[in-house]
Amino acid sequence: MFGYYFNLALRSFKRNKVLTALMVLAIALGIGASMTTLTVFYILSGDPIPTKSAQLFYPQMDPETRRGYVPGQDPQFQMTRFDAENMLRQKRGDRQAVMSGGAISVTPDIAGMTPFRVGARYTSADFFPMFEAPFKYGTAWTATEDAKRDRVAVISKKLNDKLFDGGNSVGKTVQLQNTAFRIVGVLEDWRPTPRFYDMSSDRYGELEQVFVPFSTSRDLKLIVNGNMSCWDDDKESDDDPEGQYGVNAPCAWLQYWVELDTPAKAEAYRQYLSNYSDEQRAAGRFQRPTNVRLSNVMEWLDINKVVPSDVRLQTWLAFGFLLVCLINTVGLLLAKFLRRSGEIGVRRALGASRREIFVQCLIEAGTVGLAGGVLGLGLALLGLWAVRQQPADYADLAHLNPSMLLTTFALSIVASLIAGLLPAWRAMQVAPAIQLKSQ
Amino acid sequence: MELRPILSTLRRHKTAAALIVLEIALSTAIICNALFLIGNRLERMNRPSGIAEDRIVVAEWTGMGTDEKELAAITRSDLAALRGLPGVVAVSTVNQTTFGNSSWNSGVTLVKDQDQSNLSASVYLGGEQLLDALGLKLVAGRKFNADEFVEWEALQAPGSKVSIPSAIISQHMADKLFPGENAVGKSIYSWGEEPMRIVGIVERLVRSRDNSEEDAHYEDSMMFPVHIPSGRYLIRVGDPTRRDETLKSAIELLKRNSLNRIVMEEDSKPFEQLRNEYYRQDKAMAWLLVAVSAALLIVTALGIVGLASFWVQQRTRQIGVRRALGATRAQILRYFQVENFLLATLGIVIGMLLAYAINQLLMGKYELPRLPLYYLPIGAIALWLLGQVSVLGPALRAAAVPPAIATRSV
Repeated sequence: MFGYYFNLALRSFKRNKVLTALMVLAIALGIGASMTTLTVFYILSGDPIPTKSAQLFYPQMDPETRRGYVPGQDPQFQMTRFDAENMLRQKRGDRQAVMSGGAISVTPDIAGMTPFRVGARYTSADFFPMFEAPFKYGTAWTATEDAKRDRVAVISKKLNDKLFDGGNSVGKTVQLQNTAFRIVGVLEDWRPTPRFYDMSSDRYGELEQVFVPFSTSRDLKLIVNGNMSCWDDDKESDDDPEGQYGVNAPCAWLQYWVELDTPAKAEAYRQYLSNYSDEQRAAGRFQRPTNVRLSNVMEWLDINKVVPSDVRLQTWLAFGFLLVCLINTVGLLLAKFLRRSGEIGVRRALGASRREIFVQCLIEAGTVGLAGGVLGLGLALLGLWAVRQQPADYADLAHLNPSMLLTTFALSIVASLIAGLLPAWRAMQVAPAIQLKSQ
Repeated sequence: MELRPILSTLRRHKTAAALIVLEIALSTAIICNALFLIGNRLERMNRPSGIAEDRIVVAEWTGMGTDEKELAAITRSDLAALRGLPGVVAVSTVNQTTFGNSSWNSGVTLVKDQDQSNLSASVYLGGEQLLDALGLKLVAGRKFNADEFVEWEALQAPGSKVSIPSAIISQHMADKLFPGENAVGKSIYSWGEEPMRIVGIVERLVRSRDNSEEDAHYEDSMMFPVHIPSGRYLIRVGDPTRRDETLKSAIELLKRNSLNRIVMEEDSKPFEQLRNEYYRQDKAMAWLLVAVSAALLIVTALGIVGLASFWVQQRTRQIGVRRALGATRAQILRYFQVENFLLATLGIVIGMLLAYAINQLLMGKYELPRLPLYYLPIGAIALWLLGQVSVLGPALRAAAVPPAIATRSV
């Protein structure tokens, strides 16, 4: 029966080419627009590290002085160096890492290649196993190297390709900021999306090309990038040669992550943070009431409103558009089915049940949806191509994946079936006798 | 024109009529909001910066493991050399450029040790020529005197007792801090413990980037007299047409002047390019909204054409009878147009209510202002015209129905 109705639907298309084309076009436009924005939304709101996002946590606390305190305020988004280094030493998580973004100059040892600048990350040894960074050659550095402030570096595949033609460069040296660093590891292509570990800079940008120990970066006063929030201008102790980047500076500028494998450990860590904050207040460093937070990856992304509001707006707009397209389709399907009232009346008189008429009409609607889906897929691909031409830093990620491909067809067929419900119901009401009489 | 027959016919086609009304309502609501959003973006993109945008180029470089003393020396030598380039009017280092990718902000208070700051302002640091390099318009007071300038290294030195003596602030900030008074000569507290005397007011100086912080108005900005070796130069030329050529020679000069650095050629560009890049996304969004609005109008029009054609076909006999009874072609034509006008009006009224509902939602979610009333008639007229144009084809076909058809059975 299904095949027969499908066949009838195709015949009906042929009879009413313009009307059918209009419907297919309307659905295709709606589906194309929705799938384009939905794909972008899906990419931007995805889990950057699905295997571990529930075990990685971002602690926050409020290290500021009493001045300017407003109850209910969010705690500082980043960590001071004093607290980060303290917590790193106390090692209360399964793994933990301090980090900051930066920029570093690379002087290639290749004739004719001029020095250039790349994005860098200054972090501690656990960064790599914690975030499951894949290595192509070598390994991460260790806590010992962190402590000794060794000049070691992990570089990206991209930089390795540029400097060493993609060969195994482990053990070789690279000139960073005019200082020789020994390469201990080369990363595989890796692009957590969004770059969740640092929300203060380019959220959808590419991975940094150079990773060096945080301790070393402070030793060499490497250039730090990202947000810095300072308070307490009248601090007596600002005689630190490292200035705002010094251990005692009243400035929050570091990201700190901790891995806690079980919910019980997370609970214990929350308590630890609270105790830590109390201790610091007792010591006179913190002056505000204890206000700590411990967010896992997805919670942290949520707090940071990681999906740009433009993208949310576009998604709403596209679905509004799809809705109008569907209402349009309802109207056109209604016109199409009722135009065939005579034919339906005859079928009913010959014994077709209402249910059969209903199913036949729905199958016709679904077929329209299928055609709209195919065309809509083309439009979505075109739309995503247009998104990729945009200046946004997530632009190059806008590609349709298999699950979105399936979603396109599912959405298209479901939408057209919903649109077909009312017209099919009306068609099914056509009374056999009256139709025959009025002919 | 007798409305009753139209209304009674519509009553017998409730579903189809309701669909058209609904479609028009949704289109009206979406298009009104889309136009409003486009307006917002355009307004944002056209905010004046107060800067001589067409005459400024930005040149950037970065050191390679050079120490601060050396950086300061290179900077001094660069400045002298850049000022010697033909056509160059003023050159200054600057900590942040408007539309650039970094932003320095600071709280400002009127009283020492005040608990909450009065406002947050963007902070520009630079040398003697910064005001001229930006091409700012001084509306009150004076420029910085030579003896007011402090060195960045001295300011940052451990245990430093150096403080910044004065500030030049934007008119907007002056009005906000000292409403109805002359701000020149008054003091503010922002960096350090010492008061800073306001020596001048510029007509307009804006933040380097829009800031989502509360109390962070786009036009609240100030300048401090600090020589900062930032690796970022603002170069202002006298003749805008010589801008690109000046940028090129500036880059060459920087490369020659010291080899121990990286000149960031891809970050060195005319100021107008910085502006374009900063607003690229707004522009893209505005175009997207235009495209969706256009697509919506097309889809709505197609829907009206489709349903109207169906009605004409369904009523062919009825039309024939009316024609046979003496109705003119013009009357038949008018019938369908009035019918569409009625449906469109109902749709537009519902659509406007819906437009406000959507606007309320957007206001809450995206901190948008209220939809101004004048967007509604614009949307209404657009949809009325659209309806009339779409129904014209089917209505003409209806008018062409010969009276003789009344005598035929379908």
